[in-house]
Amino acid sequence: MSTVLFYILSSIIVAMVLLGIYLMSKVKMSAIGNKISAFAMLGGVIVTLVYNDILSVWFLYVAIAIGLILGLYLGKKIKMIQMPQMVALLNGLGGGASALVGVFSLLSKNTNTFSLLTASLAVTIGMITLLGSLVAAGKLQRILPQKPIVIKGHQAHTMILLLLSLAIIILSACKFIPTNLIWLMLIANIVVSSGFGIIFSIRVGGADMPITISLLNSLSGVAGAIAGLAINNIILVAVGGIVGASGLLLTQIMCKAINRSLFDILLGKSKKINAKPTEKVPEEKEEIEVPLNEKVESVQEVDEKVDVIEMLNNAKKVIIVPGYGMAIAQAQHLVKQLADKLVNKGAIVKYAIHPVAGRMPGHMNVLLCEANVDYEDLYEMDDINSEFAQADATIVIGANDVLNPAAREAVGTPIYGMPVLNVDQCENIFIFNFDKKPGYAGVDNPLYSKNKGVHLYLGDAAKTLLDFITLLDKQ
Amino acid sequence: MSTMQFILIGVFIGSAIIGYFLINNVPSLLHTPLMSGMNALSGVTILGALSATALAVSSDNAVLGYIFGGLAIVLAMINVVGGFFVTNKMLNMIVKKKEKGRLPQ
Repeated sequence: MSTVLFYILSSIIVAMVLLGIYLMSKVKMSAIGNKISAFAMLGGVIVTLVYNDILSVWFLYVAIAIGLILGLYLGKKIKMIQMPQMVALLNGLGGGASALVGVFSLLSKNTNTFSLLTASLAVTIGMITLLGSLVAAGKLQRILPQKPIVIKGHQAHTMILLLLSLAIIILSACKFIPTNLIWLMLIANIVVSSGFGIIFSIRVGGADMPITISLLNSLSGVAGAIAGLAINNIILVAVGGIVGASGLLLTQIMCKAINRSLFDILLGKSKKINAKPTEKVPEEKEEIEVPLNEKVESVQEVDEKVDVIEMLNNAKKVIIVPGYGMAIAQAQHLVKQLADKLVNKGAIVKYAIHPVAGRMPGHMNVLLCEANVDYEDLYEMDDINSEFAQADATIVIGANDVLNPAAREAVGTPIYGMPVLNVDQCENIFIFNFDKKPGYAGVDNPLYSKNKGVHLYLGDAAKTLLDFITLLDKQ
Repeated sequence: MSTMQFILIGVFIGSAIIGYFLINNVPSLLHTPLMSGMNALSGVTILGALSATALAVSSDNAVLGYIFGGLAIVLAMINVVGGFFVTNKMLNMIVKKKEKGRLPQ
């Protein structure tokens, strides 16, 4: 293959990737966009094999086949509910592969300052992506504790590791380092960047998780681009650059939605610090509140049951607010059942999706779509927030922080300033949450202690919802 | 730095700028599939893994090439194949549901 032809084909591949990503951001064309991207990747593999004249290296096909089988197996086996950890895991593997390409480049003999520098950088970013993603996936799969883990002097450690890896990258590129020390530098690089990946990811929880996953996603693109710089591969550089930048934009879109700067999230600022907002919570917090006792709940239920059911039966407009709890309880099908019942009784049912509900951007949308909910019924926060006041009822399924009114008043808490769903403006609120404990952010939700108009159904949403639906049926 | 390296850096910056302006107003319905699709694309490092491995297994350091190269290709391949596969699965689900919703009820 001539060089000119190679560059022409490379440009076509890059253009296809651009088109693919662009189409993937439009609902109707997204499936086609994904296929175009996949096809571009296949084209890239073939062009690489032909251009480098390595079609005859049998070993490559063995490795490709193993990866292909494992990838298909994972993709087939995965359930929608496990999608966040799947994305994190795959992402980590890509980062690991980029790190290995960096290792190759470091160990090859024809090295100059530029390729040494970029190869070391590829190893660093690749390892951060790999370890960071593995920790995130482990948390989501519940292999690791889900709560944020903060060690003493977390920020200082993070900064030190970051500076150390910068120093190592610069040192690796210096000519005066003897060649036999390259191994040592490489190992130091791997250890330090792995450490950074772990320490950065281990303290993430709650609303920061979707953003972290999105950021790691962007990083794996950057790792690919840098690896491409190290080995002079133009397709790698272009595609990696595109993925890195658009991933960063997606991350920013999410950061903006929860009113936090990316930098704060990276450094773990204002997390778990003075999480006691009590003095600012409105006075409706009357402390006669029921203890966490099922008996009391059921008494309350009996008391209200008739009125409540009557009210719901006559409701004209109902808003459903899903959260991560719905995902854990796998209650999306029940939610759809409930919504169908209400629609049959003449109500308009809308779903309010907070930008960081769940553990992955768009998590709720995917789950609800799986349960056959029409995507046109899903509303983003800004579009629906003004409607809570007019809605007859709001049904909350396993969501807490994203509707916590304390976010508006409780200065100094992790969620302060985060835009939340205006659920509290609705007259009748049904909450199907597991318990009354604060969400990840650790801030008490004043809604729980508001007696009027708030109906709590505590326990596994899969069960409480089912009971509730049966109750509706009886009427 | 050689001309090639300048070109590469130019390509990197250029593609990053295009990538940054490529998407805006993504409906949150598509955040997951879009991220997952971009995730699959970041497995583009497979191209680097292929060429680097082919070079390494024919050098005098063949064993290292087989180990690291094989690992790199397998990892990148899982990323690419798994990524596109699950993205497709999700999008099919979304699009299928959408069409179903349009049918007369």
